[in-house]
Amino acid sequence: MPRVWKFGDAINTDDILPGKYAPFMVGEDRFHTYAFAHLRPDFASNYQPGDILVCGKNTGLGSSREYAPEALRKLGLKAIIAKSYARIFYRNLVNLGIVPFEAPEVVDALQDGDEVELDLEQGILRRGAETFLLKPPPAFLLEALKEGSILEYYRKYGRFPGERTGG
Amino acid sequence: MGLTLAEKILSKRAGREVRAGELVVVEVDQVMVVDSIAGSFFKRLEQLEATPRFPEKVTIVIDHVAPAANVEVAKAQKEIRAWGQRYGCRVFDVGRGICHQVLIEERLALPGGIVLGSDSHSTTYGGIGCFGSGMGATDIALAAASGRTWLRVPETVKVTFRGQLAPSATAKDAALEMVRLLTADGATYMSIEMHLVDGAESLTRSQRLTLANLTVEAGAKCGLVVPSGEILQMYDLPGWLSPDPDAVYAREVEIDLSNLTPRVAVPFYVDNVEEVEKVRGKKVDQVFVGTCTNGRLDDLHQVAEILKGRKVAPGVRLLVIPASSQVLEQATADGTLLTLLQAGATLGTPGCGPCMGRHQGVLAPGEVCVSTSNRNFRGRMGAADAEIYLASPRVAAATAVAGYITTPEALEEATYA
Repeated sequence: MPRVWKFGDAINTDDILPGKYAPFMVGEDRFHTYAFAHLRPDFASNYQPGDILVCGKNTGLGSSREYAPEALRKLGLKAIIAKSYARIFYRNLVNLGIVPFEAPEVVDALQDGDEVELDLEQGILRRGAETFLLKPPPAFLLEALKEGSILEYYRKYGRFPGERTGG
Repeated sequence: MGLTLAEKILSKRAGREVRAGELVVVEVDQVMVVDSIAGSFFKRLEQLEATPRFPEKVTIVIDHVAPAANVEVAKAQKEIRAWGQRYGCRVFDVGRGICHQVLIEERLALPGGIVLGSDSHSTTYGGIGCFGSGMGATDIALAAASGRTWLRVPETVKVTFRGQLAPSATAKDAALEMVRLLTADGATYMSIEMHLVDGAESLTRSQRLTLANLTVEAGAKCGLVVPSGEILQMYDLPGWLSPDPDAVYAREVEIDLSNLTPRVAVPFYVDNVEEVEKVRGKKVDQVFVGTCTNGRLDDLHQVAEILKGRKVAPGVRLLVIPASSQVLEQATADGTLLTLLQAGATLGTPGCGPCMGRHQGVLAPGEVCVSTSNRNFRGRMGAADAEIYLASPRVAAATAVAGYITTPEALEEATYA
């Protein structure tokens, strides 16, 4: 069963993927193996696809490096639950098709190592008999996520979600 | 009710009046791509089955690891050059300088314009009143393919800088003070609109770029300095480019420049700002002067002024990396570099240098560095436990001479005590 990996406030992009392990430094095939290399060296080797990241406030502050969340996606991450997000990181998550849930009370309730099940579409998280409801992201972003990512959306429709005409 | 500067710029571009909270899709003037992101950028365009819609609006700058530090990087940069040729996009190669400085110097970022960069410090363009914002590779690729981007019109925090800078203070200290007041997420999703009044109008373009550069450290989408002073002489400003007097702000703060003291951001967060006095005496291994925050000519002048006739302390490495080839040329022509070299500084190729821990001055475990850059996150410049203290070029220079964190004023006292 998927587990929770819990982190604190202000987890920055240098924590998620230190700059020296960028794909263009170490290669496209290896960079994800350095996720959280400084902060939690056991993370990348023990993370199982579907495991959930749970973080505090201002998650993902710092660099615009999309390859930081991309490293997490490469490991199999599909969703993050956080108290709040930094702006660029939030856009990057949506663009990569990782669902960014914002739920401070749920973050407080979850512990590192908790075994959980997440229904991504319904936004329902289960821990044993307990159920947590997660507020879905804004409609604009859901529309993009429905196609997989905003990239897929733009390729299909030639416009951005909510934009009236293409151009 | 009136409009903020961010609302003005986005309204102008959207062709209708837009307010904070609305989603807009707007055309962009420049899409800036840095070398470390270029590979992802190319891949995203391939996924989109698209090419740059307006090649002249796409600029790639080889600056994050320049010159190449290993074969992977060399391969990536080779691909950038070929790609630029193939699609007719501008490429600034090794040695030209840091992306933000280069776009300002080349006048590719202009007041009232919109520039997106694949680097979070793209807020820097706000120093001249240009809506600059950082985004990831997918957003940047979409902008290159479509010529547009989607944005939520930001709420605005108004920061008023009042008075002439105190003699011992710099724009960097003002910027750090702003981040301390707002905190690291105090302006998330927002525009920071900076008003310079009662003498602060005299801040130069370089100083304004330093202020705008640090706004992203408070989470901002963009950081706009209301054009005044020398900006009015340097650019043809559109008549509409000013906030309305009755604009609505989410929050207003004020910083008095006339009694500002030297600041330092203590590991491992940028909003962890203290007076230099508080950490004076902390021994350092390395001092780094450079980056898009503080690698310009006036920064090097400040360092040279303090280093003149002095030597870097034994056991301390002073790395100086000019922000651009233009800065390097000017600092060579006016003798600044000679002063720095005679004091014992080591010179690097214009570019980002060791700012993100990839080359040219990576830190060993346990080492301490004073840097004029913008981030002091854990492990940013190398080993996970190395410490980075962010400060002004003046404090960096004094620290290099003393071997411990100090101010030029305290150094002077120590010399004559």
